Amino acid sequence: MTATTQSMKTTAPVQPSPLPLRRNILDLDDYSVEEIASVFQTTDAMKEVLGREIRKVPTLRGKSIITVFYEASTRTRVSFEQAGKVLSADVINVSSSGSSAEKGESLYNTALTLQAMNADIIVMRHPHSGAPYFLARHLKASVINAGDGTHAHPTQALLDMYTMRGHFGRLQGLKVTIVGDILYSRVGRSNLWGLTKMGAEVTLCAPPTLLPPDFLGSRRALEEHPFAAVKVETKVERALEDANVVMALRLQLERQKAGHLPSLREYSRLYCITPKRLALARPDVLVMHPGPMNEGIEIDPEVAHGAQSVIEEQVTNGVAARMALLYGVVTPVRSGR
Amino acid sequence: MKPQTILIKGGRVIDPSRSHDSVADALLKDGVVVAVRRNIAMPDGARIVEAKGLVVCPGFVDLHCHLREPGYEDKETIATGTRAAAKGGFTTVCAMPNTRPLGDSPATVEYVLRKAREEGTVRVLPIGCVTKGSMGQELAEMGELAQAGVIGFSDDGRPVNDANLMRQALSYSSAFRLPIINHCQVDELFQGGVMNEGWVATRLGLRGVPNSSEEAMVARDISLAALTGGRVHLAHVSTAGTVELVRRAKEQGVPVTCEATPHHLTLTEEAALGRNGGGRFDPLTPQGYNTYAKVNPPLRSQADVDAVVEGLRDGTIDVVATDHAPHNTVDKQCTFAEAAFGISGLETALGSLLSLAHSGRMPLLRLVEAMTAAPARFLKRDDLGTLAKGAAGDVVVFDPDAEWKVDARQFVSKGKNTPLDGTTLRGRVVATIYGGQVVYEQAGGGPKTR
Repeated sequence: MTATTQSMKTTAPVQPSPLPLRRNILDLDDYSVEEIASVFQTTDAMKEVLGREIRKVPTLRGKSIITVFYEASTRTRVSFEQAGKVLSADVINVSSSGSSAEKGESLYNTALTLQAMNADIIVMRHPHSGAPYFLARHLKASVINAGDGTHAHPTQALLDMYTMRGHFGRLQGLKVTIVGDILYSRVGRSNLWGLTKMGAEVTLCAPPTLLPPDFLGSRRALEEHPFAAVKVETKVERALEDANVVMALRLQLERQKAGHLPSLREYSRLYCITPKRLALARPDVLVMHPGPMNEGIEIDPEVAHGAQSVIEEQVTNGVAARMALLYGVVTPVRSGR
Repeated sequence: MKPQTILIKGGRVIDPSRSHDSVADALLKDGVVVAVRRNIAMPDGARIVEAKGLVVCPGFVDLHCHLREPGYEDKETIATGTRAAAKGGFTTVCAMPNTRPLGDSPATVEYVLRKAREEGTVRVLPIGCVTKGSMGQELAEMGELAQAGVIGFSDDGRPVNDANLMRQALSYSSAFRLPIINHCQVDELFQGGVMNEGWVATRLGLRGVPNSSEEAMVARDISLAALTGGRVHLAHVSTAGTVELVRRAKEQGVPVTCEATPHHLTLTEEAALGRNGGGRFDPLTPQGYNTYAKVNPPLRSQADVDAVVEGLRDGTIDVVATDHAPHNTVDKQCTFAEAAFGISGLETALGSLLSLAHSGRMPLLRLVEAMTAAPARFLKRDDLGTLAKGAAGDVVVFDPDAEWKVDARQFVSKGKNTPLDGTTLRGRVVATIYGGQVVYEQAGGGPKTR
């Protein structure tokens, strides 16, 4: 009797708010404010599950999730795997090394193979922008974009925003400064979609060579563009003034070789988030980083591990947010979106 | 098949070579044009093509297409490519030499010419390579290629990067009065780009190609043409800056000519968004990343398209050329980065281009000139692109107002790769006559011939 009660308690289904039906999660451009708010509420419920003694609910029992990673990843892949397993789904991980992709199998044929295995959800990371759209075009299964090239990383952006909301209780009116490799950052781009929708004031900061050319001065011609209100700043000190949130992006060594930068050392001198620079932001500023970090280049170790840093909390929230998202795509009725 | 005696009756005859635009009959006999005038009496045994309400003009001449043979017969052959040409109203096509083997030797050129004679539906004029293996290191044997029958030289797809080699090529080829056709692209600025640099590329997270990639080499080539007196022809120009550079060069008498493709005249970078209606900033759908819109040079901004249209209208841009680039399904059924560059364009060229005439942005006479008399002038062929007496019996009859839905599966080209699939075009070829023979007739709704 006691055992039954206990079991009932730990496997009690979560009671999240009803999510709008959605088939694919490709980017945040097709999310409404309401849907993002609803994901946050469901994430709250999932976070409660993660705090239980026995972290398992039957929500996705009998569903299969295949994660396909054509690029290296630790936190995102493990985060999805853990999210799926807590929800009792069967999670199968495929990485490009050791798979038939190594034998030159095309993405199209890989997609058809996964389809034939009756996967309910495909979680894919791919080095080419748009690869999950290609998959979604050809598959009946739900496709979740776990990062595509330099395009989008919607689940990361949702967990980032969820983390900000957790601290400030709102996103509307928050000053969010994103510093680093904006040109190539899928995390930055998806955050831009989400944050602008939710009413945050976003400032992008990077050397001009790491900003999209159409975001720069004279070429910024499209007034009706959804990002028209986004501020662009090349001087980090100005970008940090009064910021509620500072998000540093990973800077890759290849940028130096490709001529975007004279050296990582100079980048660090000019753009690294140091304690001194951080003091320009608001006292309760949150420091975020999607990882993996290059400490000492885009972020000072003292800041990365300091009192304002929520970088580890981002990882924890990532599991809950992905549980909410997985739950959201596995619904009996498909919206066709 | 022997040439027939053909009387094309009652069409609107547009022959820009003679500034002719009025209703008339056209008589073809023994493979040549015999007469164009009103009320030609019906000769015995002649085949009649009723052209009332239709436009009759010289067969189109395409200075730039890819027939893929030899070497890439899975993408296209001379047989299928020339049938596609006939369906599109083209009676002469110039074939780029980026085949396997390359057209850098007389043997390949002779092979293409022989295949065209045996299996071709329309006239094929080969283009030879500028450099051996199109490697950009040493000049190809241009003299021998000229003797074999090439109409110009190009390392198509590969710009002649070395400025001094380009200088030598222009100088050397001037001995044969043949042009160097250059794909203008500074590779250092191209940087592995896959579409136009601009807001759409940023939106899609794709690497963009700046206009400067084209314009910097255009400026160089104009300077070298002025220096050497050699003829330079700029393939598929795509930017407003290029049009302005060429306009100024022509004012100064530099021997430069250029072409624009139907897609650069009518489509913008936004085609990559794969939208079917809706707002330009609407969310992406799984139809996004439309690889059929991937082409090099990339589809540009609306401002560039407008400048290219204006350039064609005022004659800065001499000719329309299709850059017909057929590909396999697998070449496009992949991610945008992996997809091949190119659009299969022969069968949609007329319908696309007529949108410019319908919207009043281009006089029909000029449009037809850019596809007939102008490329013939470029080729120095007074028997092509004209309906003058004695000219080749190459005629296209088209209905400028017929609306039709593009269905790539119905292409006779092996390349079904078009961003226009499913769209409606206004204007369609009804019949194509090459050398006095009807080589294409629109199924069903074609002209009444008897």
